[in-house]
Amino acid sequence: MLTIFSIAGIPSEVNPIGGTAYAWPVELSRSPAVRVGLSIAVATGLYGVSFGALSIASGLDLLQTMALSLLLFSGGSQFAFIGVVGGGGTGAAAMSAASLLGIRNAVYGMQMNAMLRPRGLRRFAAAQVTIDESTATATGQSEPQEQSRGFWVAGIGIYVLWNVFTLAGALLGNALGDPAQWGLDGAAVAAFLGLLWPRLKAREPAAIAVVCALVTLLTVPFVPAGIPILVAAAVAALAGWFSSGHPREGLEPDVEPYPTEGHR
Amino acid sequence: MNLWIWILIACGISYLTKLAGYLVPARLMENPHMTRVAGTLTIGLLASLTAVNTFSSGQSLVIDARLAALVAAGVALWLRAPFLVVVLVGAGAAALARLLGAP
Repeated sequence: MLTIFSIAGIPSEVNPIGGTAYAWPVELSRSPAVRVGLSIAVATGLYGVSFGALSIASGLDLLQTMALSLLLFSGGSQFAFIGVVGGGGTGAAAMSAASLLGIRNAVYGMQMNAMLRPRGLRRFAAAQVTIDESTATATGQSEPQEQSRGFWVAGIGIYVLWNVFTLAGALLGNALGDPAQWGLDGAAVAAFLGLLWPRLKAREPAAIAVVCALVTLLTVPFVPAGIPILVAAAVAALAGWFSSGHPREGLEPDVEPYPTEGHR
Repeated sequence: MNLWIWILIACGISYLTKLAGYLVPARLMENPHMTRVAGTLTIGLLASLTAVNTFSSGQSLVIDARLAALVAAGVALWLRAPFLVVVLVGAGAAALARLLGAP
């Protein structure tokens, strides 16, 4: 019997009876994971427009904006970087906020490594597309081949579309001129609230959010711009270390691939 | 330019963080504290960034058109609008508030 290899190189389960009537693996065109991966790629990729436009409004140039989308490639961290720079913070503070916000990707990487077992060079490609949405798409599937398809289709799809739409947004931002006139500062506020919102499904994360927002506002007048965010991060880390809350709090995707789960 | 250095450092750290999940032995990272801290850090940073972008202007706290954006975005999210719509609603609310004379 032929063994069909999935994208990640994991042999699909061989039917023990040796029959040909597989329930799995399904063809690529009928794969639910591919369908979900593609739709999540479009939904997530599209909001690259807002990142591109806001990045220009924050004072980054086109190349710097594209560098963040091509190389950093993690929506929340990219918004954090430009949010700190736009608020007058230093590059060091922006880098710190983006890096701290990206720590959850290490947790996702560990999960994906255990689930997909990518080998060789594939691991280095998998790492770059390990983000909230590709992880959520993979973990929402139960068959190994579907998990792998979901991860790669969502990951690569988002990577391509996120960069295309970042470029479109950056060109739009360049054309718009004065950011305040178009309410782009309001768009930044909405973007951060939109990134935070899906993570506030229980009382504890909501409490952490309120405390961190208050800590930020209390420290703004006393320390240089950008630093209040890092103070809030320290408070959040302490809360996480000592809390006994649900271990997955805060590890939700910005765009939910399986909207019937996790309804508010 | 100085900002480029920080952009490239941030990009390098981001990739190495992702890669760590694949290369570091799982038992070193399976500490439940680590998972929880990664989650609460995400919540805390996004909440902090929301607050800073709404109320701060350099080192002072101000109430201006951006508060209208925060409220409007909250309503849009409550109504389950998709992300891009939320962002556009935020921009529209701030622009409208300024038209109506808000600082």
